Formats: sequence, structure tokens, C-alpha cells
Amino acid sequence: MTSRKTVLVLGGSSDIGRAAARAFAKAGYDVGLAGRDAAALEPDAADLRARYNIEVSTRTFDVLDTASFDGFVAGLPALPDVVVSIIGLLGVQPNAESDLAHATTIMRSNYEGPSLILGLFAEKFLSRGNGTIVGVSSVAGDRGRASNYVYGSAKAGFSAFLSGLRARASRGGVHVVTVKPGFVRTKMTEGMKLIGPLTVDAPVVGDAILNAVEKKADVVYVSGKWRLVMLIIKTLPEAVFKKLKF
Amino acid sequence: MTLVSGWGRFPVVDSEVLRPRSFEAVGEAVVTGSVAGGNGRAYGDAAIGAVRTIGMTGFDRVRSFDPATGRIRLEAGVLLSDLIDTFGPRGFLPFVVPGTRFVSVGGAIAADVHGKNHHGEGGFGRYVDSILLRTGQGETIEISREQNSDAFFATVGGMGLTGIILEATMRLRPVETGWIRERVISASDLDAAMRALEAGDSATYSVAWIDCVARGNDLGRSLIYLGEHARTDELSEGADRFPVGKNPGLAVPIDLPSMTLNRISIRAFNELYYRMGARRAGGDHVVSLYPYFFPLDSIADWNRIYGRRGFLQHQCVIPQASARAVLGDILDRVAKRGDASFLAVLKKLGHGDGLLSFPLPGYTLALDFPVKGDILNFLDEIDRLVVAAGGRLYLAKDARQSRATFEAGYPALARFNAIRKSLDPAQNIRSKLSQRLFDEV
Ligand SMILES: Cc1cc2nc3c(=O)[nH]c(=O)nc-3n(C[C@H](O)[C@H](O)[C@H](O)COP(=O)(O)OP(=O)(O)OC[C@H]3O[C@@H](n4cnc5c(N)ncnc54)[C@H](O)[C@@H]3O)c2cc1C
Repeated sequence: MTSRKTVLVLGGSSDIGRAAARAFAKAGYDVGLAGRDAAALEPDAADLRARYNIEVSTRTFDVLDTASFDGFVAGLPALPDVVVSIIGLLGVQPNAESDLAHATTIMRSNYEGPSLILGLFAEKFLSRGNGTIVGVSSVAGDRGRASNYVYGSAKAGFSAFLSGLRARASRGGVHVVTVKPGFVRTKMTEGMKLIGPLTVDAPVVGDAILNAVEKKADVVYVSGKWRLVMLIIKTLPEAVFKKLKF
Repeated sequence: MTLVSGWGRFPVVDSEVLRPRSFEAVGEAVVTGSVAGGNGRAYGDAAIGAVRTIGMTGFDRVRSFDPATGRIRLEAGVLLSDLIDTFGPRGFLPFVVPGTRFVSVGGAIAADVHGKNHHGEGGFGRYVDSILLRTGQGETIEISREQNSDAFFATVGGMGLTGIILEATMRLRPVETGWIRERVISASDLDAAMRALEAGDSATYSVAWIDCVARGNDLGRSLIYLGEHARTDELSEGADRFPVGKNPGLAVPIDLPSMTLNRISIRAFNELYYRMGARRAGGDHVVSLYPYFFPLDSIADWNRIYGRRGFLQHQCVIPQASARAVLGDILDRVAKRGDASFLAVLKKLGHGDGLLSFPLPGYTLALDFPVKGDILNFLDEIDRLVVAAGGRLYLAKDARQSRATFEAGYPALARFNAIRKSLDPAQNIRSKLSQRLFDEV
């Protein structure tokens, strides 16, 4: 038995997931990685073991398979100290406008699944009396934009879920963090036009997540500039906003 | 197609850049005219595919590490900075580091990079036990000194032209601390500098920074930095066993107009640098490994100091016997022009391991020049001196040497080409550099 703290990363094979796992591992946490294909997580698990000499486990988790959630949580050998959900799907907005199945997948991947699984962990943490829950949401949820409102609306729902959960869980010793990364250079955004000064690399997000957990922050914009940008965007009157192209 | 360039930002050429996410995808990405790219610290056109550049820095996993022996297996995109940050605190460092820590393992093998310890401990490739190589023909093979040794010695120093390095097994150096016990020696001219480097042969690390503006009696005046890994008992009270490597803070935000770099500013800088260093000369003191090995890394994007047109690094090695005369001649010509680098680097090298490894026993001199005026002609002139002395130019820094200069400097080229052909008969692997210097036209 180790006395080290443990973190479970849902969506462990994403660039941000890998970065978050490394940040926690470096800080001395034992790590659980969960993703659609547990075997595919093995190389990352081996990387963390070799680098930081910690315990790392992998398991299968599919965010669309909500029926499996109870079993997933029950099947964990131990409840982690921290659970982080990095899961999200950008999807293709123009397709989602006419393809209901695609729109549904985006909504479920960004809102339904992450909210349900983190809600489940919240119950367990509350009965234990401690724990930290991290949801990686998006600045895209701060206001729906013409170019990605299917994704953005799902993230908005997720952000609202997290803020409500935070209000409730804090009374029971459980902390909830909402992380809004802004533009991140990852495989999800590869080939997209990102605004240089507003864009960060995945390791910056990983460190920000760890930092938010340790400092008990509530809502974190990874790059401080985003807080200002989104403040402006949120306060634009609808009449002006709908004329803007972005 | 995207316009790309190396660290020196010259030349700027077209190449499609791809970042595959799996080894299978790396294989599929290879078309005729592909080469692997690491972290882009080669100055010229070595890391630019003739048609397509396959970016490898996404492959940054450590596969395994044995803390008893320091043996490590890793993917080729792991940066040395990452290795230092991760394994330094655990008591291990790479055996060989170049003057920047932001290079990938693949790039360090492909250029068989040398550090300040080459005279005694050899190059990066010497600590590599085996390599997983994806050949241009589409095979994935494990190569080592024992297994496929031809391919191994062509790959170490082979500038990516034998295929794509996917993984490597290498040895790390056990260290007690992340500090270096440094001794600075000031040398008033080239003879003194070379004497100090000879005397420093027994030091683990040695390098000289030359003031290449100084002329006449001062020609070749320099500061020699010797270094040893500090033991725990040599650290000052309360010092951390391993210092923190800060990320480059200050960045050069824009291309400075090349006006900033002129005879006067360069002369003033060199004068100041020399005087400040000379004041520190004498006894030993302990410095963090970061400023000792990577003095330039503290300023991000410093290559932009040279302006939009970029700059050239000219790094040659001159065999021991003629080194004094030829280096004197080169420095004299450079000093007369007055527009060379802030600082030039002089260091002793030993034998290189790979067929195209740059080092040979002698002295290497590295100089930076902004791209302007008649610089290309001037460097051709210097090249003639290098060739006549039996020396050669470093491919990782080169952007402009002629085929003739290259062929004269690398006598193992024919053998290298034969091995390359056997690994990749169709010569799918080609860089802008290989097109310029090797490939039949
Ligand atoms: C400030 C500075 C200081 C330097 N100091 C030194 C020094 O002291 N000593 C020294 O030796 N060098 C030095 N260099 C040069 C540098 O070490 C080499 O150019 C090194 O190869 C850069 O590695 P990279 O990962 O950036 O590779 P790139 O620059 O991206 O590529 C360099 C070469 O490696 C090949 N390559 C990269 N990855 C792979 C791969 N996975 N498989 C096959 N081939 C690959 C490329 O095709 C190319 O030929 C310095 C460079 C800078 C900018």
C-alpha cells in the first residue's frame, strides 16, 4: 500500500489527458488512465512509470456508454482522490447542422457523459467526505457562436452542471474545478487557424489543472487573456454579436 | 505546401509538414522526398524534406528506464530538455548535450551531436546502444553495433537520410548533482587559447568563446570554460541538489532590423563580454548546468535577433596538425570584415563514430553571420581554406556549402551512399540538404 494520492484521468489518451497525467505523476500522484481502448493507453502508462517511478493503471471507459458508468465506478479497486474528465468531441459544426446523429454524439460526448460520470464520482466523494473533481470545459461554452454552437452549447451545459455541483458539493468537503483551456495546440485542433497569443500547448493545460486542484481554484481560464476576451464577448449585446463573423 | 526554414531562417523553402500520431502513420507518411524533422534546431536545410517533412516531436514517450544502470528506451521525439528535467532530479543526465537543450533524441542521433566533452567522451551516438529505424523502403528494423551495424553507423550522424528513427535505447550518465564546477581561463590570443584547450584535455568539459572582432595582437583572445560535474559536498550550504531549469522567459518578439547588429554593437558586446569573463577568471566556482551548457537558451527565439533575412552559421573542423595556422587565417579574415557573430566558439573534438559524423580530431570553430552583402562569397573563400587543410563543415549547421566542399570533407560518403541505397533503393528519403549535396541530379 502506498500513501500517495491518486488521480483518475478520463480521456487519458488525448493530448491534454496525457499532459495532465504527467503533471500529476510528476507531483507524486499514482495515476489511473481511462479511455475507450485500455490497451492503447499502455504506452502512456509505461511512460509515466519509467519517468516518475509511480503506480499507473489503465482501464476502459466509453463516455457514450452511460449504462456502464455504475459498473465502472464500482469496479475501481479504490476511489481516487482526484478525478479529471478531459473528454470532449469538437465534431464538425456544418455536419452537425443537418446530421442529427453527429449532433447527438457531440452533445452527449461533451455534456451528457462527462456530467453523469462526474456526478457519480461526486456522490461517492461526498459519502467519503473528500475528493476533487475536475471538468475540462471550454471557453466555447461561454457564448454560442455561429461557427461551433453545437459543441459550445454542450460545453455550456457542462459548465453549468459543474458550477451547480460545485455549489452543492463544497458543503460536503468535495471540491469541483472547471477548466476552460481556450485554444490548445493538440491533434483536435491540428490544421485549424488558432490565434497565436491566445494559444497554449497541452503541457500548459496539464500544469494548470494540477495547479487548480492544489490551490482549490473554482473556474480556471488557462490563459488569463481568455477571461478578458470572454468577458467582452459575453457582454456584447445580441444585436451586435449576431452580426460578428466568428 | 508550407514555407519552412531551419533555425537560421535561411533558406526558406517549400515542404509539406506532417505530424503523424502513430508509427504506422509515420510509415504511411513516407513518400518520395521525405525526411524526419526533430525540433528544428538544425540551422539550414537538413531537417526539411525535399517534398514532405515528417515531424516527430509528438513521439515523446519514455518506454522504460532502469535506475540501476541508467539505460533508457525512448521515442525519438523526446527532447533533451525533457530528459534533463525528468531524470536530472533522479540523478541522471544525457552523456552528451549540445549548446541548446531543445533538441530531440532523433535529431541528436541524426547529427551525432557533440558537446563540450567530445575531446574525451565522444559524441551523442557513442551512448546509443540501438535504434528502431523505419527505412525508406518501408521496413522497421532494430539496428545496433552488433545487429545491422552498417545501418547503425550510417544512421548515427546520417542526418536522417537512412530513414526515420522511431525509438532508441541509450545510456544516461549518473550524476550526484545538477551543478557544474567551472573554471574560467582568459586567453589573450589564439596561441594562448589553444594552449589552454590542450591543457584542458583532461577536463570533462571544455570550450572557448572567442572574441572574433579582436584583431592584431589580440586576435583569438578568448575565455575558456572548463567544467566538471559537481559532487554533493561541493555545493554551497542549502543549495538544491538539482537546480530548476527555467523555461526561456524573455522572447525576442519581432525580427530586429539587421541594423541592430553592426560593427559597433558587436564590438562593444564582445569587449564587454571578454572583460566581464576575464574578471571571473581564476578559481573554481559552481554554476547550474543550465547556463553552463545552454547559455543561449534563456532567450527564446534569439534567432530573430538577426532579422528577417536570417543568418548562417559556419562551423568547420580543422585537423590538429594545421589547426593553428588555418584558424589564425580564418579569424584574421573574419576580424577584418568585422560583421561576424557576437561570439565564436572554439573547441577540441575527438574521433567521430558515424560515417558522416562531423567530428574529427582537431579544432572546431563556429561563427554566425547575418545573411547580407557578399557573405556567401566570403564563406566560399573560408571553405577553400578548410578543404585545403583536410577539414570539413558541420551538416547540421550548413545551408550553403558546395558539393565539392562536402565531398572533399567526407571521404566515407561513398560507403554511406552504398548503405543508404541498400536500405532505400528508390531513395524515398531525401531532404533539401541531400538534394543540394548528395543526390544524383
Ligand atoms: C543554439 C544552438 C546550439 C547548438 N549547439 C550545438 C552543439 O554544441 N553541438 C552540436 O553538435 N550541435 C549543436 N547545435 C545543432 C543541433 O544540436 C542539431 O542541429 C540537432 O540535430 C538538432 O536537433 P533537432 O531535434 O532540432 O532536429 P532537426 O533540426 O529538426 O533535425 C536535424 C537533423 O536530424 C534529422 N532528424 C530529426 N529527427 C529525426 C528522426 N526521428 N529520425 C531521423 N532523423 C531525424 C533531420 O532529418 C535533420 O537531418 C546547436 C543548435 C542551436 C540552435
